[in-house]
Amino acid sequence: MAQQSEVGKFINKYAIFIVLIVMIVVLSFLSPAFLTPQNLINVLITESGRGILAIGVAFAIISRGIDLSVGSIVSLTSVIAASLVQEPTYSARIFPNLPLLPPVVAVIAGLMAGIIVGLTNGALIAYTAIPPFIATLGSMIIARGIALILTNAYPVPMLRAEFKVIGQGLLGPIPYVVIVFVVIALVAYVILNHTRFGKNVYAIGGNVNAARTSGISVEKNLLAIYAFSGFCASVAGILITARAASGIATLGNNYELDAIAAATIGGTSHAGGIGTVPGIIAGILILGILNNGLLLLGISPYLQQVIKGVIIVGAVVFDMRKNARKK
Amino acid sequence: MEEYILEMKGIVRTFPGVRALNGVDFRVRPGSVHALMGENGAGKSTLMKCLVGINPPDSGEIWLKGKKVTIPNPHTALKLGIAMIYQELNPVLERSVMENIWLGREPMLASAKFLVDHKAMHAQTKALLKELEIDIDPKTKVKELSVARMQMIEIAKAISYNADIVIMDEPTSALTPNEVEHLFAMIRKLRDRNVAVIYITHKMEEIFRIADEVTVLRDGNHIITKPISEMNIDSLITAMVGRRLTEMFPKMESQIGGVKMEVRHLEVPGLLHDISFELRKGEILGVAGLVGAGRTELMETIFGLRKRSAGDIFIDGKKVNIQSPADAIRAGIGFLTEDRRLNGIIPVLSVRINTIVANLGQYLKYGIFLNHRKIRQDCEEYKERLKIRTPSLDALIQNLSGGNQQKVLVARWLLTNPDILILDEPTRGIDVGAKAEIHTIITKLACEGKSIIMVSSEMPEILGMSDRILVMSRGEITAVLDRREADQETIMRYAAAKANNNHQVA
Repeated sequence: MAQQSEVGKFINKYAIFIVLIVMIVVLSFLSPAFLTPQNLINVLITESGRGILAIGVAFAIISRGIDLSVGSIVSLTSVIAASLVQEPTYSARIFPNLPLLPPVVAVIAGLMAGIIVGLTNGALIAYTAIPPFIATLGSMIIARGIALILTNAYPVPMLRAEFKVIGQGLLGPIPYVVIVFVVIALVAYVILNHTRFGKNVYAIGGNVNAARTSGISVEKNLLAIYAFSGFCASVAGILITARAASGIATLGNNYELDAIAAATIGGTSHAGGIGTVPGIIAGILILGILNNGLLLLGISPYLQQVIKGVIIVGAVVFDMRKNARKK
Repeated sequence: MEEYILEMKGIVRTFPGVRALNGVDFRVRPGSVHALMGENGAGKSTLMKCLVGINPPDSGEIWLKGKKVTIPNPHTALKLGIAMIYQELNPVLERSVMENIWLGREPMLASAKFLVDHKAMHAQTKALLKELEIDIDPKTKVKELSVARMQMIEIAKAISYNADIVIMDEPTSALTPNEVEHLFAMIRKLRDRNVAVIYITHKMEEIFRIADEVTVLRDGNHIITKPISEMNIDSLITAMVGRRLTEMFPKMESQIGGVKMEVRHLEVPGLLHDISFELRKGEILGVAGLVGAGRTELMETIFGLRKRSAGDIFIDGKKVNIQSPADAIRAGIGFLTEDRRLNGIIPVLSVRINTIVANLGQYLKYGIFLNHRKIRQDCEEYKERLKIRTPSLDALIQNLSGGNQQKVLVARWLLTNPDILILDEPTRGIDVGAKAEIHTIITKLACEGKSIIMVSSEMPEILGMSDRILVMSRGEITAVLDRREADQETIMRYAAAKANNNHQVA
């Protein structure tokens, strides 16, 4: 009969994690350089920034929206934070007369930029009823423009060591960047599963009318969702800038697409109401390991793009089949 | 001519964890109306989905006009002359009536085969609607139509396929008595054209008026097929539930107290005019009226989902300012909405979250974290109390039957501990067994001192459950009747009444 076996159910439920493990095993055989602590840490460092972005974007997607502006927020945060922590000895500083500020000021300024763009997105979506795609497309272009205006498209180099340590420092063998990623992931997990706000996000994405009738203020929650997404993006912006040791106005270009791809591969449904943090993390790791593995195997970066595209579409097709079978 | 136009033999269909159809036989004669009955989950809809190719059977045979056929998809079913009108309509809201009717088979210009012939489409639609006596302009956008009229369009569409077999799944659940008459006239017309109509419904009285034969399913098994003349309500219910329902309306007399809520001169431009009424403690106030009378709109306004231009609401003698559902919930009002799928359930989420979603604030530990243990306790408690049948609290609500979904929604509102509970069509599309259970819950709540407003289009429900009955017509209250003075005719007279002499409709 069409009865699904226990094994089948298990595979369906954990498919994304099984894929991840299979990839790791296969790559370990194909390339001796893959399964080394240094290489794995490298993968984590590279993917931490995008992982944080993906978590923020996933909140928007679960609420049945999207956030296209996160890449631009990375860029904007990058130039704002960097401009506040340039070495005083550097002659071409953005703010030539700036006194020596503690790096935390730069961090806060960067985070504020992300939250403000996020709140603007949220307000547009909540109070003007513009589709999230359009609202965040607009703010994506605007934020990108502002980052270029601030810097005239020049990089913002010569950052002070106290700031760079955020992106380059280690706690034992583990880089700070990875620790921040883990912390953000844990916070997001707790929010989604253990707070009222998290349940509201799922309810709004699952059926906005029911959420409204249940007394949930959809508007306030949308503000919070997009502010959180903006916040995550600016955290990523600061980490990537500190690691690169330079503010760059085009730093986050196309990052929004990687983040959306990771959330999608991780099982976040664009129809709303479905998505988990472990799934998103698996999604970002699959993309990261794929990048890394294809590189180690010497496969052309152009072909890598093709493979990535196929995997994204394939993941969604699989997910939809899985959900369709439940009905 | 064959004796049967359709024969389904030994149909088996399983879903993960459920054997929905257990070797069902089903035979339909041409030119007859065949009622298909059974409680929710009995397998009626599944059997029809096997027939129209949405869920082809795992095993079993389908014979059409004496020929064995396989129907892998709805397209094939339509080509074979089987059309189905679904309970949940799926029109393309932004397109016109005619585009919806001819969707996927638009008439093409003779001169240019790749261009749609809108003129012909318009003419054909007009002729079709005229024949069925449906007074709608073919160019109207479907979203501008009421649910009842959308359904008329669906029926017109089914007829336009020239089908020999038309399946109607709960066609009257959204219709007023007048519209039901219209539908029955259409069905008789179809029958006269030798079309077989398979009619799925929960409403007993309809069966006896329109059906020629009836088949009852229970738990995926065929129970009985008989001419309707050999059945009565009792034997039908016994066949459906496998037991006798002694009490259709288990109403208990409650202690009716003082005024709980008073609505004064409520006004919503174009929808509601000068609405004033009071609701007492422990009372069930039935709200009757035709579709479009403004009953749902009134409830939405009281609950803060719609802006009012004038009018006040008093609860316990104090004026309350309700601007949003959150305000209404704080004021002690709960609202079970009319359209379960559209406004009630969150399909992709679990029974658990659906139960607590209006009440998350009460489950906070340290003001921020959710107390999952307390959530589980409360959900389990209400699952027991309301007899919610679900494999687990983590099951997705979309996999429950309509009656059980409705019970989850009742639990949702009871958890907010409301003094006033507004129920809009609380038993629409629910089988008799679950219906009686929900009626029991309602009357118990009234006995516990809660004030209930129950909007319903089913006359027996209004008459059987209410203490007083408020009748609305065209956005106004035309009568408030005591249950002793109310009967079907009186209510209908006021429901069809035009605005009374003192008022003008906006």
